[in-house]
This record gives sequence, C-alpha cells and structure tokens, in this order.
Amino acid sequence: MMGRTMFIDPGRCIGCQACVSACRECDSHRGKSMIHLDYTDEGSSVASLPTVCMHCEDPVAPCAEVCPADAILVTADGVVQQADTTRCIGCANCVNACPFGVPKIDLQAKLQMKCNLCYDRTAYGLAPMCATVCPTGALFYGTVEELQAERPGVQVADTFVFGESEVRTGVAMVVPAERVQWPVPGGLPVVEINGKDVRR
Amino acid sequence: MTADPRAADGRTVLPLDPSLAPPGTRGFRDAGGIPADQWHADQNGETLVPTHCCFCGVQCGMYLRVDRGGKVFGVEPRNHDINRMRLCPKGINAYQQVNHPDRLTAPLMRRSRDEELREVSWDEALDFTVSEIRRIQQEHGRDAFGVLGGASLFSEKTYLVGKFARVALKTRHVDYNGRLCMVSAAGANKLAFNIDRAGNPFSDILLTDCLLLAGANVGECFPVLTQYVWGARDRGATLIVVDPRETAVARTADIHVALKSGTDSAFFNAVLHVVVEEGLTDEAYLADHVTGWEEVKANVAQYPPSRAAEICGIPAEQVVQVARAFARAPKAMAFHARGIEHHTQGVENCLSVINLCAATGHIGKPGAGYGTLTGQGNGQGGREHGQKADLLPGGRSILNEEHRRQICEIWGIEESELPAAGTSMMEMVWQMQRREIRGLIGICNNPFVSLPNYAVVKEGYDTTEFHAQFDFFLSETAANAHVVFPVTIWAEDEGVMANAEARVVKHNKAQEPPAGVRTDTWVMCELARRLGAGEKFAFDGSREVFDELRRASAGTIIDYSGITYERLEETGGIAWPCPSTDHPGTPRLFEDGRTYHADGKIHMQVVEWHPPADPYDDAHPMTLTTGRTVAHFLSGNQTRRLGALVEQTPRPWAEVHPSHGFRNGEPVRVVTRRGSEVFPALVTEAIRPDTVFIPYHWPVPTAANALTIDALDPRSKIPEYKVCACRIEHAGAIDEVPAPPVAPGHVAYPETQVSRTDPLPPTAPQGRGTSERS
Repeated sequence: MMGRTMFIDPGRCIGCQACVSACRECDSHRGKSMIHLDYTDEGSSVASLPTVCMHCEDPVAPCAEVCPADAILVTADGVVQQADTTRCIGCANCVNACPFGVPKIDLQAKLQMKCNLCYDRTAYGLAPMCATVCPTGALFYGTVEELQAERPGVQVADTFVFGESEVRTGVAMVVPAERVQWPVPGGLPVVEINGKDVRR
Repeated sequence: MTADPRAADGRTVLPLDPSLAPPGTRGFRDAGGIPADQWHADQNGETLVPTHCCFCGVQCGMYLRVDRGGKVFGVEPRNHDINRMRLCPKGINAYQQVNHPDRLTAPLMRRSRDEELREVSWDEALDFTVSEIRRIQQEHGRDAFGVLGGASLFSEKTYLVGKFARVALKTRHVDYNGRLCMVSAAGANKLAFNIDRAGNPFSDILLTDCLLLAGANVGECFPVLTQYVWGARDRGATLIVVDPRETAVARTADIHVALKSGTDSAFFNAVLHVVVEEGLTDEAYLADHVTGWEEVKANVAQYPPSRAAEICGIPAEQVVQVARAFARAPKAMAFHARGIEHHTQGVENCLSVINLCAATGHIGKPGAGYGTLTGQGNGQGGREHGQKADLLPGGRSILNEEHRRQICEIWGIEESELPAAGTSMMEMVWQMQRREIRGLIGICNNPFVSLPNYAVVKEGYDTTEFHAQFDFFLSETAANAHVVFPVTIWAEDEGVMANAEARVVKHNKAQEPPAGVRTDTWVMCELARRLGAGEKFAFDGSREVFDELRRASAGTIIDYSGITYERLEETGGIAWPCPSTDHPGTPRLFEDGRTYHADGKIHMQVVEWHPPADPYDDAHPMTLTTGRTVAHFLSGNQTRRLGALVEQTPRPWAEVHPSHGFRNGEPVRVVTRRGSEVFPALVTEAIRPDTVFIPYHWPVPTAANALTIDALDPRSKIPEYKVCACRIEHAGAIDEVPAPPVAPGHVAYPETQVSRTDPLPPTAPQGRGTSERS
C-alpha cells in the first residue's frame, strides 16, 4: 500500500455527491467527474458509496497491462494515470479489463478518462479534491496510521478476489472490524448495515 | 509582502506569505491554498479570497478563486474551524452563480401586470417605486405597505431592512423568510432560557457521549456537520435519530425512531416520563437551576410509553431505550431542525426537547447541551437585529417601552414615530388577499415556492397594487413584481452572518458587481433618500452599517459591540454575546449555571401534545411531509440554475413505501385538500408506509407547497410544512408527470475541451507519466 493514499469508508457515506462535484473542479479534467456514486441496496436503504480508481498494485493496473497503445502509465509512487491523450486510441480495452469498473470512454473524443488521484494536487502535497471536501470522511487521504489515529480501531482491506484472481490495490477500503475477511470478495467489501449484508 | 490582506481594489486576498496564513493552520498550503506561482501556468496570478459559503447555517469557510481579470472562476477548500476544508455539493458549485448568464443586470419594470417586464434605468425604477409607496400610504395609511426580508442577507442588510421599514416607510409590517425556518426554536429558547440561540458550538458534538438528532436530516441539509456526527460515533457516542424517514444518518444510528410526523412532543414527553419513572433525573440540577419542574413532571406522567407508541406509531420499547441512552450518558446533546419545528406545535416540540435536556442536567457543559440547526446562511443573524415583525435591533422587543426608547435614540426619531409590532410573513400574505396590505417590497426571498398553500400566496401577491422585489436572478416571485431591482450576489459585497452556533463570520468581497448592479444597501438607502429620510440612511457600504448595528446592539443579550471586521478576520469568527473588543465571545452558554432570565434559571414549560392542523379522514388517510434534498437550497432560485446540481437532482419526486404497489418511477398523484400534483415515485423501504415525502425546491406544477397547509404555530407563526393529510393514487401514463421546472437559464458546467493536441503541462515532473491536463 502506498504511503499516502485514499481510503474509502462506505459506512460514512451520505450520498451527497460532494466528491462528484469536487472531482469536476479538479484541474486535470475540469468539467468532468471521474467519480461515481453507487447505491448498494436501492429501494431498501439509502446506503451509498463512492467509486474511485483503486490504483491496482498487483497485478499492476490491469487497465495499463491490456492497453495496446501503451497509453496508461503508472508512476513511481503507484498512481495509475489516466490515458495519455496523445497515445490513447479509444479502444475501451481498459474498460473491459478493470475489475472495479472505473475507466470510462469519452465516445465523442474517443479517449479514456479516469481518476488520476488528482495528480495536479498530490504532486504539490495537497490531498485529492474529492477527499479534501468529503463532508463525512467517507473518502480519506493520508496514511493508514493517520486514519487509525483519527478513527480508533478502524480496519482496512487492500486485497480483493474476483473468482480465482486476486488484486491488491493502492487505494484501500474500510471494513467492519468484526467482519474482516482476507481477501475481501470482489468489487465490494463486506459491509453490514443495520444488520443487513449488502452482498445479497 | 505586507501584512495588509486588503488589495488596492478593496478585495481581501489571501497573502502568499505562509506566516500570514489563517489561524490554526501551519502555513498557506495547509490552509488549502496553493501559491499562485506554483499552480498551473495558465492560472498564474489568481488570488484566493477567503470567505464563507452563501447557503446553509453551517457557514463553511471557502476560498473563491479569482482570475487576473478580477472574476470569480472557482472554489478552493479552506481550513476554517467550522468545516476544516469540507464542503458539500452546494458549496462547491456556489461560485458558479456569480457570473451566471441569468444574472439580472438592469432594473426591470412594468406599470401593470398586463405588461411585460422591460429593462429601465435605475432612476425610472426608483422614481416609480417611491411614487407608488407614497400613493398607497397616502390613500390607505402607512401600514398598507409592507416589507419582507430574507435570512440569506448579511446581518448589516437585515438591520437595514428593519430600519428602512420603520424609519423610511414608517410601517409596522416587516417580517422575513426566517419565519419559515427556525422561529419555533427561537420561541422555545426565549421561553426557556431568555436567549435565542444554540447553547453549544458544533465542536462540542465531538465531546458528547450521546447525540440526539430530532427532525434533522443532517446528511442532506447540513452535510458538513456529518463529520462531527461521525467523529462522535468514532469515539463511542450513542447516536439517536428521530425522523419518519431512514435518512443517511438515521441508517447508521444506534436507535432510529421512525415516528409519525407531527407526534414529536408526545414522544419526548414519554421519554421524560420514563426518565422520571426510572429515577434518571438530575435532581441536584433541577433543584438549583430550574423552575416549573413539578408541573412538567405531573404532565409527563400522562404520557406512558404505551401512549406514545399509539400516537407516534412506534414500538414502546424505543421510548425506554432513548430515555435510558440519553439520561444515563455522562454527557448528552440534542439538536433539532425543521423536522420538529415546522409544525403548529413547533414551539412546544422544541420545549419538549429542552425539558428533556434540563431534567437530565445535560445543559451548559462541554459535550452537553442543545441546539437548532439553521437552514439559511444567516437564519440566526437574520432575526437578531430588527428584521422580525416584533423585534428591534439587539433582539429588543418592539412592545417594550424602554427598548423602543433606546432604539429611537440611536435612530434619531421620536418614540411616537416608531410603529407597533407587525404580523408574520404568512399573515401578511393573508392581509394582501384582504387588501389590507396593498404594496410590498420583497428582498431576498421567493415566497411563490417557499410559502405553503401556493394558491393563497399567488392570490395574495396578485392582489397587491404594487410589488417590488430585490434579487440577482428572476425568481418566480420576482417575475410577479412591478419592479425588480438587480442586486449584488454574496461574493460582491462584504458583511457578516451568524451561523447555527451564533458564531459571527465575515464574508469578503471577491469581485466587482456587473455594471448595472447595485448592493441591497445602496438600493435601500437610495429609496430612503428619495422618501425624505436620507439623513438617517447616509451609509457608504456595509462597514458603516455594521458600526451602527454594533452600537444598536450594545448592552443587549445579542451584544455585537465587541465584534469588529478586523477581529473576525483575525479569529475566523466570534460567538455573541461579545460586549467589548477584548471579550473572546461566548461559544458555549450557561457554563456558570445561569440562563438569561432574571432568576438565572431554566423556565421549563408544560407541553401538551395535540394533533396536526389538517385532520385525517377516509379521503386523506396518509401524511404528506416535505423537506430538502442535498443538491438544492430553499426555493431553488439559486441552485436550479447550476448544471452540476440540476444534473444531480433534476426534479422532485414522491417518496413512497413499497406496500402501496407503485413501481419505481411510476407516476403517483398526491392529493391534499389544497390540490393534487403528479410526481415520479421513488419506492423505498426507508419511509413509513403511512407517509409520503416530497422535496420542496421546485415551483408549480411540481411544487410541494401547492399541497401543504398554511396553518401556523400560534406562538412562532411558523407554517406546518411537515405534516398534512393526503392520499396517493396511480396517475396513469408516465407522460402525465409534468416536465421538471428547470430554471430557463440552467447552464451546463463550463467543461474543458479534451483535445489530442494538448501539450503536456510545463510543470509535469519528469518520469511521472502523463499528468495530463486538458
């Protein structure tokens, strides 16, 4: 796991979409949000969680691995950048490869776009815009020690299984302490809300 | 680098010298700012103006990004004490209003409602307004003209609204839209404590062991406060939410009491009943600090949990759980909002919560106390200095001879010239219907969307002979006016607001207003001058008004006399009372055990539950309740124009329980005694089966307030928005759902074009891939 990274805590999300609006303000893709908000149990609960790029570490960024144009680069500090506009051919291989459903294709421009962890901000020591503004701390940027100092006893997971494949990510998710399973089943972590298991 | 944060053009800009960064931050970067010379090359020269959000009563600190041309073009989080960089979607998008193409930039006028509004000169608009004021007052008396202000105005402007009405127009009819917000809490606080504000700062939430949220949808109405709620939870506090809906915060509560809307005081009486039965009262506190306890105790004996269970439609055990959790906690806090205040028994509901806090001794300590969460940015400050029908500056009563004399001395008028108390906002509309009020000036409000029972409101306004409105967008109400004055937006003027903690914060000017736009202060002073009261309104901007406001509040409970603009800029905000310039302000009340009553005690009040005003019958068996959604603010006049917020929540809906057999998105007709409207259904288990919820930010044909009842609390005169009888019906085809009334000027976000030929940014570090910026 990276030193300073993003932590996603679905138990704190109130579905306000401040992250979505903040992402539009980020200077690297101003006007487009690279986050979307998922409602995990619509119709029964208002539970929600934001989806950001998980910045996969092992295997290194499936989106980058399958890119035929070598347009997606991973920086030394583990950030999976969005596709280089001078190389991207808009083939959508990255969309199909991503186990978390993150990259999107701008069909008009035939270009991929995705979260680059606000590289324009983190390169200068600032937190990504979404984690900076998140009113509830459902998105937290910092080290795991900083997170645990602020939230005593919090447990995080950074390894997810998809069938027989296992993916370790640079971004981690908060999971309930009493329900930690290693690794966490694919896509969503185990999250129990008011006694209901959202995996059903 | 100079220490003066004031630029040559008068704007306050953030200094780049880290030693001059805001208090509590380690440096400029920690404060959320980026030195302009290290930002992207094309933004070199931008300045960051420290200010606050224009919307709710949390008053989050933010920076407005201003380009080299002096135009606001973005927002940057700010590490202010209140929000610590957090912002909600409304706050993030607020800056897009400033240079919005819908801004009014010239006065609009018509001589009769048969004509279209047309652009005119300032002189023509002002002359016509003054001649109509004179005509109506000469023909029908001074009280035939009224003024309705707003609680989104800076406190300086709300002070001027009250003075303008009483000194320039000499009318008793002045009130404001805070009447629709938290006046029930204000009334209860005055009765119990003789001070009209919350008892504790937000930061006390982090210290509490038990947090009770009653009728407060914190996640959608005050999203940034959620960090305090979660902070309390992280430290092991018990969270209790009382709300008919499973809101985002209720979802994670230890106890969610999903009671029937309109039954709150029965519930809190029953909780206090259990507290007494189980011996959980703080007898020492009651003996020393309270009056009226024996009467309250005898009254709550009539409310056993079984009775509350029947009235409220909840399990009786929940009453016991809440009583034990709240009373046994070493420190407990109760916050409420419109959910218990928007009722014909709104004051009583708030009193029943105060009774619980007082009986358990949870008052006046770090982590223990009460508060109300303010809906409008200046909902607190907007009523403090004389904009309310019965109040003079400093919260003085207009009925008190000594108070009247004090204010007349400051204003330089004879006591006999000062009018009597006026009527409330909804009552003024009824008076307009009856032609008792024939002329009206509205400032910063939109009653066509925000008042209940739209048909009555429309008729009232249509009956007026003259109606002028101040606004920066053409609201639904402004579109009804004879004259519309284009006024500044919050970022184009300076002034103070008091947030829900009664912390006074300073807003700074970030850009010059567009040509043709004047400040509300200028317009009121100019109208006063033309009405012959110019010498009483010789103000050159907010600072001079604030100085008079400080003098006018000196010696009162709401004492601003020790607060100066300079101190606010240094400290990030000061809570009143602040009686001298070396006084630190009063973030927490009653720490010495004394309230502001002469005897220093809490005056507990007996609260008897009574049913809502709109009775249920076979034709109207269900409860309609209304409220907000996170993307929109009040009447939506501001937020329904911003692309990102419209995209997030483009239209209202009717939230119904699955037991009624609707499919998601299916048209559902909601019928009350005022009328019926069709909405797409949002089918969810997160609402009581007997309740329907509609957000109220839209005008007709999808206006929740075309259905709500204009019944008022007899004491606070707040309308009963939160409960009326209704039924729901299938409404046929989906195309029956009317088009969402999106404001005509809705613009999409100014998106940066993605191009293949964009060069890499000159600042892209070597070997770091494509930190592509387009």
